[in-house]
Amino acid sequence: MIPTFSSADFFAILPELIVFIMGMVVLLFDLFGTGRSTRNLAYLTLITLAVAAYAEVLLLGGKLSAFAGILVSDDYSVVFELIFLTVSALTVLVSMRFLEDRHVGFGEYYSLLLFATGGMMIMASTHSLLLIFIGLEILSISSYILCGMMKDDRASAESALKYFLLGAFATGFLLYGVALLYGATGSIDLRDIRNALAAPAVFNNPLVWIGTALILVGFAFKIALVPFHMWTPDVYQGAPTPVTAFLSAGPKAAGFAALVRILIEGLDIMQPEWSQVLWVLAVISMTVGNVMALQQDNIKRMLAYSSIAHAGYILVALVVGGEQGIGGVLFYSFAYAFMNTGAFAILVLASSREKERVTFRDYAGYGYVEPVLGLAMFVFMLSLAGIPLTAGFAGKFQIFKSAIDQGFIWLTIIGVLNSVVSIYYYLRMVVTMYMLPADAESLNTRAQGSVPLYLAITASAAGVLYLGVFPSAWLELTARSVAMLAGR
Amino acid sequence: MTLMGFPILSLIIFAPLIGVVLLLFVDRQSATMAKWVTLVTSGATFLISLPLYWWYDAAQPGFQFVEKIPWIATWGVNYHLGLDGISLFLVLLTTLLTFLAVLGAWTSVEKHTREFMITLLLLEVGMSGVFVALDMFLFFVFWEVMLFPMYFLIGVWGSERRLYAAIKFVVYTMSSSALMLVAILFMYYLNFKATGELSFSVENWYRLNVGLPAQYWLFAAFALAFAVKVPMFPFHTWLPDAHVEAPTAGSVILAGVLLKMGTYGFIRFAMPLFPEATAAATPLLITLSVIGIIYGALVCMVQPDMKKLVAYSSVSHLGFVMLGLFALNEQGVQGSVLQMLNHGISTGGLFLVVGMIYERRHTKAIAEFGGIIKVMPVYSVLFLIIVLSSIGLPSLNGFIGEYLILVGAYRVNPAAAIIAAVAVILAAVYLLWMYQRVFFGVITNPKNLHLKDLPLREVAVLAPLILFIVWVGVYPKPFLDKIGPSVTHFIEMVDTGRMAQQDPMTEPKALTAQRDVPPAEDR
Repeated sequence: MIPTFSSADFFAILPELIVFIMGMVVLLFDLFGTGRSTRNLAYLTLITLAVAAYAEVLLLGGKLSAFAGILVSDDYSVVFELIFLTVSALTVLVSMRFLEDRHVGFGEYYSLLLFATGGMMIMASTHSLLLIFIGLEILSISSYILCGMMKDDRASAESALKYFLLGAFATGFLLYGVALLYGATGSIDLRDIRNALAAPAVFNNPLVWIGTALILVGFAFKIALVPFHMWTPDVYQGAPTPVTAFLSAGPKAAGFAALVRILIEGLDIMQPEWSQVLWVLAVISMTVGNVMALQQDNIKRMLAYSSIAHAGYILVALVVGGEQGIGGVLFYSFAYAFMNTGAFAILVLASSREKERVTFRDYAGYGYVEPVLGLAMFVFMLSLAGIPLTAGFAGKFQIFKSAIDQGFIWLTIIGVLNSVVSIYYYLRMVVTMYMLPADAESLNTRAQGSVPLYLAITASAAGVLYLGVFPSAWLELTARSVAMLAGR
Repeated sequence: MTLMGFPILSLIIFAPLIGVVLLLFVDRQSATMAKWVTLVTSGATFLISLPLYWWYDAAQPGFQFVEKIPWIATWGVNYHLGLDGISLFLVLLTTLLTFLAVLGAWTSVEKHTREFMITLLLLEVGMSGVFVALDMFLFFVFWEVMLFPMYFLIGVWGSERRLYAAIKFVVYTMSSSALMLVAILFMYYLNFKATGELSFSVENWYRLNVGLPAQYWLFAAFALAFAVKVPMFPFHTWLPDAHVEAPTAGSVILAGVLLKMGTYGFIRFAMPLFPEATAAATPLLITLSVIGIIYGALVCMVQPDMKKLVAYSSVSHLGFVMLGLFALNEQGVQGSVLQMLNHGISTGGLFLVVGMIYERRHTKAIAEFGGIIKVMPVYSVLFLIIVLSSIGLPSLNGFIGEYLILVGAYRVNPAAAIIAAVAVILAAVYLLWMYQRVFFGVITNPKNLHLKDLPLREVAVLAPLILFIVWVGVYPKPFLDKIGPSVTHFIEMVDTGRMAQQDPMTEPKALTAQRDVPPAEDR
């Protein structure tokens, strides 16, 4: 039987289609386009992302399923995809000057970024374990290459190789888990798995449990939870800084998007069990991430460990569950995208080919040399630390509020104390920028301005403050989108 | 006097922001311009806040000048402000001291003057906000955000060990307030379970009858955050560091206003919300207060550094305030509220005068001075008045507060009152001894021979403080009249809450009616 597709099928995946097709167009445009300028490619990518975001808005409020139910479009996927598109757009803005400056001006860069974005979007909008896997692979393979983009740089190559080896390993776990789950339940569709698990015979099948455990391990690698986080600091440090910005905000959110679908839509009958496992993972991720971040002198490494801690906070929301908790996952991912990309954007702006400025020492007196950028960095650090009136606080507040509502008092106390620990190293940046004297060299090397970078920083700062002061609209949207998940 | 819905409190809170915006347009090099903009802004803010004294209706103990606007509807957060007799004078103290601190810091800021002034104004926003916020979320926002300007004041404009002091200050305060956040979230949850309403309004929370084990934990979390801020013994160690390293303006604000946030937190939140836990913790907190009073005084005796001496004297004086609060009777609490004010004035004043001599000699060591009275007579007299006020000399302000506190404490715990009274003598010893060594005798150090006496500006800084010191000391009635009804109301609230807990037959419904806060009238 030949399956028939209607135009409705294509409408439901319109944003993904736009992103993938344009990814190929960008590649061709680079081949046959106007010579060596990568600027036009960047603009084309930005337009693509904007159009895709517009398509998302059209899909908002509907609940469509396409291609025999394999792909879906509901508010949950729309909200997550908007997050991915935001992250990618910010990454493009951050990348433009960096690529020209370092002569990594390849068309593949933007094309790969679009493919990675498409992969993430697939992960958020499918009920099929196999498609989640495919989306993850599209994302991962693109990211491996992005990490190694600076071909002449040893650290970049190391980063790519390490990411590839450990990533492949993790994917193997995931795929094995999917296979076992398929073997036990006879389906790769989350809704069928959910129905199958209702039968005690299936539920008690050890394959189900082993499969679930393997899937969790696979995702724990991807979103860098302790003890599966070993690759993170090296990869983040070695990768080109704009790519690091992308990696720490985008794929992480995508991992959560897929994990939530699997756990809530497919395996919610096992919630008492997996939530205990995740409880432990959340606690050790927060604690290890924060404690390790304390000792870093390299800001990229510090942000890498801090991203592990932030994954821990998001995991708290997932453990808590419910509309409020899962809504917190979405809200926090969005908030994190802004504050994290913003911080990286400043690292990119302050650095140049001659002088990488990625250690704390490089920022002594920065707040006086560059008052506006210093202030922006201050805002991002406050947000990462979770100080009121910033997006980071709103996100943490939502997460801890729902944790208390569900009776997770100890988890909340551990989380809150962890965020106190984190204040120390985020404030170290502030201390360096404002309270240590600038050395002569850094006084003389003022960053060379770049409109796209300023735009990225402004947008991030605006996002951080807007979500921090008026979080209501996004809180409602995220809670509503979670309500649309099947099985709720 | 009616102010139909005029948002006077918001105006007071956010008026300094106008100055901040103006300062952003001031040329970085033009320090004088920055100072004038700040002086005018903070002066205007004080003038705006001053009429509160007359507009505030003492006959009505509830919150006045109430503003309530939905802010984050999803969480039930309101922008909710209000003022009662307890916060009235704290707001006035904040606006006054900020103004005086700007004037006092006129010549002492050596670098980044414009940024210094911006920081000071932002600090004022946070401080006024803390004292009038009636929504716990809003309170927490002001409480945390206000930390950062203070952190910058110490860390950027402080002396040698400023980084250590700044970080210690932030870490102490942040870690203690983190648990308070958990407690706030828990109260929010309890309130929701009991009433079905998402609300952070402290007026709604007052009506809750929190169950017993929970009440102890919640009180402990709140009390820890506030005790660090007060600071109570043994959480006081950040204070001497912060004070010694902070610039004069920072010390004035820190001692004058920031420490009051701790005691204010007890009286506004921790005690009325958890009356039974308050009763249970009273012996412990009274003991800690008395230890703090004596310990602070003894440490003062051996300080070679004037600023450190004043800093430790704060530990002792704030111990008095806590003692009065936990006496939980009219005299004790009234005395405490008045003493919060007195301490702000006299210790703020002490830091100002120490700052003045520091500016001239760049040292605060007592041993460096001697015989100053001969070269700086005006300075010496003003210094003496402030010292005497801090000691609690009858007819000056400190006496009224301490006397009321001791009377109140004696009624519930004579032993504590008697021990605390000893500290009044100790205060006389360490402050007068310091005064004697600095001002009397012959000038042994040649550097002190040509010190300039106070110019008009510095006299103007101290004059309002002196006026207040004498006024409260001689005729405290206007102040006590405004404070009294709110204090009575506070005590009633704690007592009825406690009775309700002890009487298991009391229906929660009846309790709600009993403890109902009188409706706040929009003015």
